[in-house]
Amino acid sequence: MLAYLIRRLLYALPILIGVNVITFALFFIVNTPDDMARMQLGVKRVTPEAIEKWKAERGYDLPLFWNAQALGAEKLTRTIFFTKSVRMFVLDFGRADDGRDIAREIGQRMGPSLAVAVPVFVLGLIAAISFALLLVYFRATYLDFAGVVLCVAMMSVSSLFYIIGGQWLVAKVWHLVPISGYAEGLSATKFIVLPVIISVLAGLGASSRWYRTIFLEEANKDYVRTARAKGLSERVVLFRHVLRNALIPILTGAVVLIPSLFMGSLLIEAFFGIPGLGSYTIDAINAQDFAVVRAMVFIGSVLYIVGLLLTDISYTLADPRIRLQ
Amino acid sequence: MKFVLLVSDALFFLLVLAAIIGGLWARRVEHLRASWRRVGQNRVAMAAATLLVAFTAVALLDSVHYRERLPGEGENYAVEVRSLLDGLLADLRTRTEKTYSAPLSTHSFAKETIEGEGRDFPRLKFGGAHLGENLSRHGADIRLRILKGLGAGVLVWLTLWLVGAPWRAKVPHLAWDAVFLTLLVLCLMAGPVAVLAQGYHVFGTDKVGQDVLYLTLKSIRTGLLIGTLTTLIMLPAAIFFGILAGYAGGWIDDVIQYLYTTLNSIPGVLLIAAAVLMMQVVIDTHPEWFATSAERADARLIALCAILGLTSWTGLCRLLRGETLKLRELEYVQAARALGVSGLRILARHILPNVMHIVMIAIVMDFSGLVLAEAVLSYVGIGVDPNTISFGTMINAARMELAREPMVWWSLAAAFVFMFVLVLAANLFADVVRDAFDPRAVR
Repeated sequence: MLAYLIRRLLYALPILIGVNVITFALFFIVNTPDDMARMQLGVKRVTPEAIEKWKAERGYDLPLFWNAQALGAEKLTRTIFFTKSVRMFVLDFGRADDGRDIAREIGQRMGPSLAVAVPVFVLGLIAAISFALLLVYFRATYLDFAGVVLCVAMMSVSSLFYIIGGQWLVAKVWHLVPISGYAEGLSATKFIVLPVIISVLAGLGASSRWYRTIFLEEANKDYVRTARAKGLSERVVLFRHVLRNALIPILTGAVVLIPSLFMGSLLIEAFFGIPGLGSYTIDAINAQDFAVVRAMVFIGSVLYIVGLLLTDISYTLADPRIRLQ
Repeated sequence: MKFVLLVSDALFFLLVLAAIIGGLWARRVEHLRASWRRVGQNRVAMAAATLLVAFTAVALLDSVHYRERLPGEGENYAVEVRSLLDGLLADLRTRTEKTYSAPLSTHSFAKETIEGEGRDFPRLKFGGAHLGENLSRHGADIRLRILKGLGAGVLVWLTLWLVGAPWRAKVPHLAWDAVFLTLLVLCLMAGPVAVLAQGYHVFGTDKVGQDVLYLTLKSIRTGLLIGTLTTLIMLPAAIFFGILAGYAGGWIDDVIQYLYTTLNSIPGVLLIAAAVLMMQVVIDTHPEWFATSAERADARLIALCAILGLTSWTGLCRLLRGETLKLRELEYVQAARALGVSGLRILARHILPNVMHIVMIAIVMDFSGLVLAEAVLSYVGIGVDPNTISFGTMINAARMELAREPMVWWSLAAAFVFMFVLVLAANLFADVVRDAFDPRAVR
C-alpha cells in the first residue's frame, strides 16, 4: 500500500510539471510581459518607462528561460520561468498585483471555502443517493417516471437561476438568513446554510439521475435476483446488496465532483460574499491579476490529483477484491 | 448592402451542411437508419427536435450578416454589422425607451420629475404609443391583439399542416402528431407575442431601454453557437487521439494519456479563465486585426469555443480509447491485420465506424451542458465579449435589478424561460438519441 502510494505520488509529479508548463505557456508565450503591463496600465497613454517600472516591480523584467547575464546557477534561477513557475512547487506563489502575499491570502481563505464545499459535497452525495434509491425502489411506476422528469427539468435550469432565485426567496422575501456575508467560527452557520442548500439543489437533478442508472444496472444482475428469490425484502436488497455493490461507480463519480465543486463555489462565493478561494479567483479574473490566477490553477490541479489518489484508496476500502500494488 | 461573413457564421453554416450530409449518409447505412428511426418514432424526441429546429432557424437568421449601404453617393457602408434577424426585428431594435418598463406597460417603471407636473411615471416613447392619450383602451387593446395573434397562429399552423401533408404520407412512421402538437403550441405562443410586439414591449425593457424580447431572441444564436461549434472544434482531436491511443498502444498511448490527464487535472473553469484572459490581451493589443467591433466580438466567441473544446475533448478521448482497446482485439480487426492492411486503413475502415455511436452520443449529451456553461462563464466575465448579447450577459446585466424595490423581474424571467426551454429540449432529445444508439441499452 505504502509503495503504491509513493509510486502514485511520483506519477503525479510529471502531471504537475505538465500543468505548470501549460499555464506558463498560456501566460507568457502567447503574451509578453510588455503586453501584460500595457493591459494593466491601460492600452492608451502608456510610456515605455511606466512599462519598465511595472515589470521591475513585479519581477517580470527577467528573461523567460535563460539569463545570460547572471552567474552560475543563477543563469537558470534568475528567470521568469523559475521565479514565477518553478517556485510554485514549494508553495511560493509570490505577490498579487496589490502587493499582498498570495500564499498567505490562500491560507486565510481556505477555511471559508471548505466550510461551504465540504457540506455541499457530503450532503449532495447523501441527497442524490437517497433520491436515486427512492426512484429505484419505485421503479417502473408513475412515481419513478415523475421523478426522472423532475430530474431532467432540474438539470435544465442554469445554476445562476438557482442562486438568484434562492437568494431572492429565502433571504429577501422570507428574511430567514442574511443575503450575503460571512463570520468566523460558529456564527458562520447562518451565512452558510443557504449557499449549501442551493448548491445541493442545483446538483441534485443530474447526479440522482446518474445514480439511478447505476443502481438500475446493478439491480438487474443475477445476485440481486437471487437475493429477492430467497425472500429478502426489497429494502434489504437495495441497501445491503445494490448500494454496497454500486459503491465503486459512486466513488468514481464523487471524484468527478471535486473539480465541479470549484466551479460551484466560484459562483456561490461570489454571490454570497463568502471570502473564500472562489471569490478570490473571480476577483483576480476581474482585476486581471495573472499571478493569482496562475496560483489558483496550480492549486486546483493539486487538489484534483489528491482527489484521484483518495478515490483509489477508497476503492480498497469499498471492495476488498481490489488490491493496490 | 454588403454581406459580411463572420468566421462563426461560416462555421455554423458548415455545421448545418455537415448535419444534412450526415443525415443523407445515415439514410443509406442500415443500422444507423434503424437507430434514427427509433428516435423518429419517439414522441418526446420529435417534440424536442421541433423546438430545437425552431431555435436553429432563429440562430440561422441571426447568422446572415450584412452592412447596410449608407445614403448618398459612392460606396459607403454602415459601420454596424446587422443580421437578417436584426432586419426583421428592426422595430424592436430601434424602439428603445429611456430605461426600465414593465411588460406591456405604457409608462416607465420609475418616477421621474416631469416639467410642470411634478414627479410621475413618464409616458413611454413607443410602448403603447398608438393609444395616444386615451389609456382607457389599454386593456381592451391588449385583449384584441392577443385574439388576433391566436388567430394568426392558428392560420400559420394550418398552413404548415397542409404543407406538411405530403411528407406525413411519405414517412408515416415518424411521430408527426408530436411535431404538429409542438408546432401548434409554438404558433399559439408566437402569434400573440408577434402582434403585441408591434405596439408594446412584450417582455418589457431593460436598464438602457432595450426591448427584452429582442435580447432573448439574439441570445439564442450565441447559446447554440457555443454548444455546437465547441463540439465541432474538439471532435477531430478527440477522435484522432482517442482511437490512436487505443490502437497504437506503447509510448503513443502513454503520451496521449499523459496529455489528457494533465489537461483534465486543471479545473476547467480556471483553464478557461486563464485562456480567455490571454486571448483578451491578444485581441486588445492587436486592434488592427479586426475591421469592425462585430468581428472582434466574433473572434472572442470563436476563441471561447476553442478553449471550451480544449477542456472538453479529454472526456470523449478517454471513452474512445477504451472502446478502441476493446475493438482492437476483436477477430475482424485481427484478420485485417493478418492480411497486412495498414494501421491507418484499419483505423479508418474498421475502428472509426464502430465507435461513431459513442461520438454521436457524446455530441448530443455535451450540447446542453455547454449552453449552460456559456451563461455561467459570461456571468463571471470570462465568456463572450460583453457587447455580444447572450443569456449570460443578459443575466449579468439583470443582477442588480432584483435588489430594486419594487423588483425588476422580467429580463431574468425571459432569459430563464428561453434558456430552460432550449436546454430542456436538448436534454430530452439527447436522452432518446443515447437510448437509440447505445448498444448496451436493453430494448
